[in-house]
Amino acid sequence: MSEPSLTAPHQLAYTYKRSLGPVLSRFFTALRDRKILGVKRKDGTVLVPAREYDPDTAESLDELVEVQDTGVVRSWSWVPKPRAQQPLDHPFAYALVQLDGADTTMLHVVDAGSEAQMATGMRVKARWAKETSGAITDFVFVPGE
Amino acid sequence: MSEDPIEVFLQPIQLDYDYTAGVSASRFLRAIEQGKLLGQRCPVDGRVYFPSRGSCPQHAVPFADDGAVELPDRGTIVTYSIVRVPSENIPLELPYITVQVLLDGADTVLMHVLDGDLDTVRMGLRVEAVWKPKEEWTTSLANILYFRPLDEPDADYDSYKEHI
Repeated sequence: MSEPSLTAPHQLAYTYKRSLGPVLSRFFTALRDRKILGVKRKDGTVLVPAREYDPDTAESLDELVEVQDTGVVRSWSWVPKPRAQQPLDHPFAYALVQLDGADTTMLHVVDAGSEAQMATGMRVKARWAKETSGAITDFVFVPGE
Repeated sequence: MSEDPIEVFLQPIQLDYDYTAGVSASRFLRAIEQGKLLGQRCPVDGRVYFPSRGSCPQHAVPFADDGAVELPDRGTIVTYSIVRVPSENIPLELPYITVQVLLDGADTVLMHVLDGDLDTVRMGLRVEAVWKPKEEWTTSLANILYFRPLDEPDADYDSYKEHI
């Protein structure tokens, strides 16, 4: 009979460094100033987060517009036991939030305290970090206005 | 606060595993803790795989326990690369040389680094392992610090050409 198998912790960690390009660069730079930017399509609808190309027509997009940092939860999922790499260390919701002025939803965090506080159609607003760095983690959503 | 535009986005990825080595690799790791390099011989064609593993990847047969082969810590460079680009997690000073070493008696190559001249590294160069001090040995291939050239004639190309 062989000796028991050896085991050891193994951490695989690496950091992607992604060049943002002109449009996303403006989106992230605006986050540092506590502003959320969308991009306007030819038909006048606004995509948030801003992106470089129209997903339907593939046209280049570069008309950035500021939207509100308040909006509506269109769908959500409760995370009862967050993992180490997730944005908050206590239970929270991932939600698709349609910001006021936007025609699309964005996936982000709602720090609602408990699952009972979450509902589709609820209003949320951004709670900004004391010090922003130009990252999507500069804010989370919280219930109410 | 900086006024420069944000042009780069850093996304750290971190995955934490509990790695279980399994019977064969555990035997290999316990041997290297004693300074021994264990390969395993395929019962079908007699090729020696290093590090030892549980089964033959070519013939899909289990390796018998008595197929373990102790290999010397010297061999031949079958190919190499000079690294001039830094990597996170690799603290070596640039440039450095990575080598594929065919240990004497083995049929698979081991990737490691060579402490040698950029000008003289070549295919066929004979090398030996330089080990950490014995009291620092653990169940890890990192017990070998690097390889260094031996004062020997180069290996004949035919002796390693099928392992390139």
